[in-house]
Amino acid sequence: DADPLITEVQDWASAFGDPVDATPYGMPIHYESHVVRRNVEWLTESPVSSINFTPIHALEGTITPQGCAFERHHSGAIELAKQDYRLMISGLVERPLVFTYEDLTRFPRTITTAFCECAANGGMEWGGAQLEGCQFTQGMIHNMEYTGVPLRLLLEEAGVKPEGKWVYAEGADASSNGRSMPLEKAMDDVLVAFFANGEALRKEHGYPVRLVVPGFEGNMWVKWLRRIGVYDRAVESREETSKYTDLMPDGRARKWTWVMDAKSVITSPSPQAPIRHGKGPLVITGLAWSGHGKVARVDVSLDGGVNWVEARLTGDVKSKALTRFHLDLDWDGSEMFLQSRAVDETGYVQPTKNQLREIRGLNNVYHNNGIQTWWVRADGEVENVEIA
Amino acid sequence: EPLGLGRAALPEEIAAWDVAVLPDGTGLPDGSGDVFTGDEVFAEKCASCHGDFAEGIDNWPVLAGGQGSLTNRRPVKTIGSYWPHLSTVWDYIHRSMPFGAAQTVTADETYAITAFLLYSNGIVEDDFELSQTNFKDIVLPNAEGFYPDDRPGTEYPHFSVAPCMQGCREPVKVTKRAVELKVTPTDPDGKPAGTLPDLRVGAAAGQAATEETAAETEQPDPEPAVEATAETAAADPALIEEGAKVFKKCQACHKVGEGAKNATGPALNGIVDGAAGSVEGFRYSKPMQAAAEGGLVWSHEALAEFLADPKGYMKGTKMSFAGLKKPEEIEAVIAYLASVGG
Repeated sequence: DADPLITEVQDWASAFGDPVDATPYGMPIHYESHVVRRNVEWLTESPVSSINFTPIHALEGTITPQGCAFERHHSGAIELAKQDYRLMISGLVERPLVFTYEDLTRFPRTITTAFCECAANGGMEWGGAQLEGCQFTQGMIHNMEYTGVPLRLLLEEAGVKPEGKWVYAEGADASSNGRSMPLEKAMDDVLVAFFANGEALRKEHGYPVRLVVPGFEGNMWVKWLRRIGVYDRAVESREETSKYTDLMPDGRARKWTWVMDAKSVITSPSPQAPIRHGKGPLVITGLAWSGHGKVARVDVSLDGGVNWVEARLTGDVKSKALTRFHLDLDWDGSEMFLQSRAVDETGYVQPTKNQLREIRGLNNVYHNNGIQTWWVRADGEVENVEIA
Repeated sequence: EPLGLGRAALPEEIAAWDVAVLPDGTGLPDGSGDVFTGDEVFAEKCASCHGDFAEGIDNWPVLAGGQGSLTNRRPVKTIGSYWPHLSTVWDYIHRSMPFGAAQTVTADETYAITAFLLYSNGIVEDDFELSQTNFKDIVLPNAEGFYPDDRPGTEYPHFSVAPCMQGCREPVKVTKRAVELKVTPTDPDGKPAGTLPDLRVGAAAGQAATEETAAETEQPDPEPAVEATAETAAADPALIEEGAKVFKKCQACHKVGEGAKNATGPALNGIVDGAAGSVEGFRYSKPMQAAAEGGLVWSHEALAEFLADPKGYMKGTKMSFAGLKKPEEIEAVIAYLASVGG
């Protein structure tokens, strides 16, 4: 039968739509209201010290819109006006300085696209498959284009003393969430950022100023950045001892595990993005990234890792940023065990979860970059499974 | 070449913000505190979340015990079992605790709480006094339990082998299915939350269905609505919705609504215009008990005053919350509590 959407004149083809300024700052059309951050309430005791997840199953390309980029707060997202903003550089420097927001805007700027991944992304999956959907299993990640001042320029303005070897960054919120990093990293590619995706940072991402630490775990990207202290050693704050350290099977723990290793996940099909169109042409799409540099290659398996084919890296591949991959398939309608495997420019190959468990045991929590398996059923529904 | 931007940080500004304490005690201010005092301060400022014996209430952190558990399937990471440096304990309490009222613990109180936590972990005796001078003598049991990231040596060589492409393993067998655990948030239809809509169902049909449901929920039977008008005339849905958002700040400790139970704080059903200190099974602070005996009722005005400055309104309350700064937030949260708490 002829499609009435075509043969009949539709309202939208006859009457007016919204005037300009209907929404001075636009929101996504209401048909997309399912594309939002979500949290898992049982994970934490309080929503002000908690995390939610980016709906990566519903996004394409590589840039994460700020409004649905995951949030992690240790004491809630604070409101700090540009006029009230101060950044102090203190410690082992020649000239301890205070900058206003306006001062920061007078330094030469740079632009960096980088992924920010929580060290605990996938942490609930250490013991086995738990959550249904990549939003929950891999969604503690976002990727934005930042504009800001290289931290190096601010440190040079203050003059780091020769004995200064570590930089400690802390936020203006009640948690302060201080983290130490080696001076070499601070002088390399760290950014004091005030724009993301072309506009001011959102409150939940550290407005007006946050640290961008490409390749390093998300909690080091201090939000509402208030102070940079230069020290001769690591401060070893709560967030770098009690938390964000990786307990190993012998009862000892790794500390300073800053870099996020290469990882990938198929975002569609996935449990929240089942195949509804049946067999025939199927686009498999996903994300890959590495804290060590560029993604060199992504392989996809349809049979749980027996055989692999190379996927297509779509668009520009940037260092320490999300990379989009696609595999265009003629699906025969039979069940699949979908996996993706990232290889980065250092030659590192994303391991299986069991390979990680053999080394790190089950109490590790952080840095789970193991291969994800999606069981695609013949009816197109998708499950999070682990396989032997 | 410096650009000459910014200005010199003044000594008193550096003193105010540069409060980090290093593992060797560098950065500690003068002061001291003993276990006995720490016990009292802890009971007042910390026990509502961490428990009287630092054992942790609900999912709040356990601060004592757990020694020898780090190789167990369920390790208990506490100051005594896991934390490597006492400086971290002192620093964190001093700058970030109590939760919701950071930077309200004095240096002496911080020494005292830290001394109490050492005692709770069996590291010092009950007559111990901690000070800036003897701080360095304390070595936590797990001080040697950490080593710098060794992945470059222990993992990267294993994971940097050219990967297999064909016939890499035996056919797979499913060993675990997340769906069996039923811990994923779901949409009303039982599917994982956020499952993409079915695009083969016409938008118009889908839209009509949604609007129908919305209409049903928004406009209940007209008759009871008329009846309720008098009572709920002041209930402003927008204000209540705003209050629900504000209440997120309270949710860490308080539950409200159907089936709400006591948590770190008492359940709040019936709190607006209800008698103070009257929720069964909750251990109120002494001042709150006294106020309850004195007949305090949480009228709109009383509640607003309390929420603006809990500790100012009632010295000694266990509620470790700094207060709501904005009057409109207070109004909203009271409207919300009145609407959901009955």
